Amino acid sequence: MWKFFHQLASPPHFYRLAATLMPWLAVPALLLIAYGTYAGLFLASPDYQQGDAFRIIYVHVPSAYLSMMAYMFMAISGAIGLIWRLKLAHAVGAAAAPLGAAFTFLALVTGSIWGRPMWGTWWEWGDPRLTSELILLFLYFGYMALRSSIDDTAKADKACAVLALVGVVNVVVVHYSVEWWSSLHQGQTLMKKGGPGMDADMLYPLLAMILGFTFLFGALLARRIRTEVLYRERRTRWVREMILSPEGGR
Amino acid sequence: MDTLAMGNYGVYVWSCFALTLIVIVFSDWRARAHHNQVYRDMEVRIKALEDRQ
Amino acid sequence: MKPRQQRMLAVGLAVAGVAIAAALTLKAFDENMMFFVEVSNVVAGEYPQERNFRIGGLVVEDSIEREEGSLDMRFRVTDMRCELSVMYNGVLPDLFREGQGVVAHGAMGAGEVFIADKILAKHDENYMAPEVAASLAKHVDEKMAPLQEGGAECNSG
Repeated sequence: MWKFFHQLASPPHFYRLAATLMPWLAVPALLLIAYGTYAGLFLASPDYQQGDAFRIIYVHVPSAYLSMMAYMFMAISGAIGLIWRLKLAHAVGAAAAPLGAAFTFLALVTGSIWGRPMWGTWWEWGDPRLTSELILLFLYFGYMALRSSIDDTAKADKACAVLALVGVVNVVVVHYSVEWWSSLHQGQTLMKKGGPGMDADMLYPLLAMILGFTFLFGALLARRIRTEVLYRERRTRWVREMILSPEGGR
Repeated sequence: MDTLAMGNYGVYVWSCFALTLIVIVFSDWRARAHHNQVYRDMEVRIKALEDRQ
Repeated sequence: MKPRQQRMLAVGLAVAGVAIAAALTLKAFDENMMFFVEVSNVVAGEYPQERNFRIGGLVVEDSIEREEGSLDMRFRVTDMRCELSVMYNGVLPDLFREGQGVVAHGAMGAGEVFIADKILAKHDENYMAPEVAASLAKHVDEKMAPLQEGGAECNSG
């Protein structure tokens, strides 16, 4: 068991493991997303109130879910990096930030496009759910800006980990905003009391999309972690040997 | 054709799906290009050092 | 304590500290965090007097009246306890209909009427096919009836 963790914490091993994992994450991701998109767009029945406009849920909800999941991932990596002095964990956090920002952006924009025909507005300032999700985007931007503004990697890692941990409170606010305060946004569908408030033919494609996006996040993250590890380890012997070896290590 | 129209919400529905696809593909394409760039730069530097020795 | 445990404690305390600070701040701004004011509170006089605000509730069945030949309209909004009349002149979102959640932005006018300058529709967290909704409607009516009749009393202030 310890041997496994020890190996996991070793950069060369992690660099190779990420490459091996990528197809195992990407293929299920594409299959699930292909099914979810097709079933969500063409098989699921239209909603009794929103008609076909509700189909935006199949990209909006997975993006919104990932926007929060990626943040927690980033913050937990930061905590592990701080507590165990594990450089690799900081590299993982650094790689997760741009992905989290991308999914937060998607959640905001698809939500806005959905809001226009249904609610009657692209954006409402002062809505707790909308505002806290926008703050989440700014937290990602702040994290990335902070990282690029500090040249010393070890210092940047520490500062960013602290920022990520402080921002966790906002993820909690995003999640509970629709329960704690009145909001234009409706409440939880999937995690509501008494089971999901959704018909099965609408629900299964959504669950497939959420699972597919999670796998996709893993695959996209694996690529970014490899770049991060390669760059951070650029002066080490294993990287030199790997690059000089006949098979390389791209 | 009716399916594509999405009951007059076609513009909204399709733009959301298209945007999601574009953002994900573009982001991964850039990540991939960046990785190759980092690798190539290091390859050049390390091979140059090796030749000098 | 080992250095690692000290760092663990420091991280834990820092996160807890931020959480408490955030909780207190949000608690202090609780009213400002509300996107809209409940109808009951408006009827009881608990709303911002000097500025515009939003009200939220359900559009009462059979309450929509339209003026012939103009966009002027009137309807009542309920939160299952109190009702409030709303006057509006403008474009309505697709989801606006009787029995539907609605958020109106505006101010109180004379005679306990809310003058809205913007109407937004709010939908609930349930998604279903039209056929399912139709068969459920009967069931829901039975559940809602006691709420509307025997529910809590509306106290106007």
